[in-house]
Amino acid sequence: MEVSYFAIIIGAIFVNNVVLAQFLGICPFLGVSSKIETSLGMGAAVTFVMALSSIVTWLIQTYILVPFGIEYMQTIVFILVIAALVQMVEIILKKVSPSLYQALGIFLPLITTNCAVLGVAILMIQKEYTLLQGVVYGVSTALGFALALVIFAGLRERLEFEEVPKAFRGVPIALITASILAMAFMGFSGLV
Amino acid sequence: MENSNAEVRTAPVKESAMSKTAAFMREKLLLVWKGVIRENPTFVLVLGMCPTLGTTTSAANGFGMGVATMAVLIMSNIVISLVKNLIPDKVRIPAFIVIIASFVTVIQMLMQAYFQSLYASLGVFIPLIVVNCIILGRAEAFASKNGALDSALDGVGIGLGFTLSLTVIGAVRELLGSGSVFGFNIGIGDYTPLVLVLAPGGFLVLGFLMALFNKFVKR
Repeated sequence: MEVSYFAIIIGAIFVNNVVLAQFLGICPFLGVSSKIETSLGMGAAVTFVMALSSIVTWLIQTYILVPFGIEYMQTIVFILVIAALVQMVEIILKKVSPSLYQALGIFLPLITTNCAVLGVAILMIQKEYTLLQGVVYGVSTALGFALALVIFAGLRERLEFEEVPKAFRGVPIALITASILAMAFMGFSGLV
Repeated sequence: MENSNAEVRTAPVKESAMSKTAAFMREKLLLVWKGVIRENPTFVLVLGMCPTLGTTTSAANGFGMGVATMAVLIMSNIVISLVKNLIPDKVRIPAFIVIIASFVTVIQMLMQAYFQSLYASLGVFIPLIVVNCIILGRAEAFASKNGALDSALDGVGIGLGFTLSLTVIGAVRELLGSGSVFGFNIGIGDYTPLVLVLAPGGFLVLGFLMALFNKFVKR
């Protein structure tokens, strides 16, 4: 399958943005995105884990699940691998680089239940990417996630000072803001 | 819970059998009802937002996703409440995830066999039921502390609440975006902004419905 890397990168960051077009990873998008700083940390942690998990899940799919004909175990195996991976990254970071752990540490446990990570692993297999294409896809999807998160956090920081009708306070107004942001991202469609 | 306990205690001893069954039934019904309105997973707990937004492009899709999630939730709640004493506390989250993932795989295979078109239109969101926070949340907050019957009923209640919310969101998006509900043309005119079926419409409709829920239902 011939897909240019440029098309994968632009497609994953802008056109099919993981949060605003594919609805994956909404929970951290709504939960963590009230400050720009924390959303940068979350974005970095997701990028790190997604790059690793796309390598590992691709290898498992190609060298274990397919040769043994047990593709139906995909969901169970992938979620366990991702959970174990996140745990391992947490332990290794704590030992090797305490400063990085300080920055990313609190976000790591949240990532296991971030559906974007599992979603990307499954989509990457469905699209029949090669290993390198899969990693590029994973990293650029995570960058798209980080981009959406940071923009949204910026918007929400401003929103705090606005007078919002009582019923709309909190999540409803955040969703409507996200809707307008998603409309803006629709402008990218047709780019690739 | 406390209310019904007090009633059982103060009830006269003579009419015990009847009132006990009645109180029991009422307590169980309340348990189910709680999940539908007061702890509605979508509008009150704000959990499981990804499938809520991703699969509600039409009323039928929303309904299908709700039922699939409810089936997984009920089964995993029952099994987890049955094995809760066998699982060591430290590894309980991975153990819960394995149980949930097994039921998701079962549902995935059943849908692939019997509901091909629905399976195709829900796509990646079927395997993603595994990471739906509602299911792990109920396992951790309810099933790991209560008996099998109560856990099953909790699953029914939360599942019904989830299905209802998804169907309503799907119906509104389908009605405004393509002028039909469950595929039947309602005939509200020619102006059907497709954007409501696309991504921005999901956020918009959910935002407005949640505000309505806050105004009229939640006190």
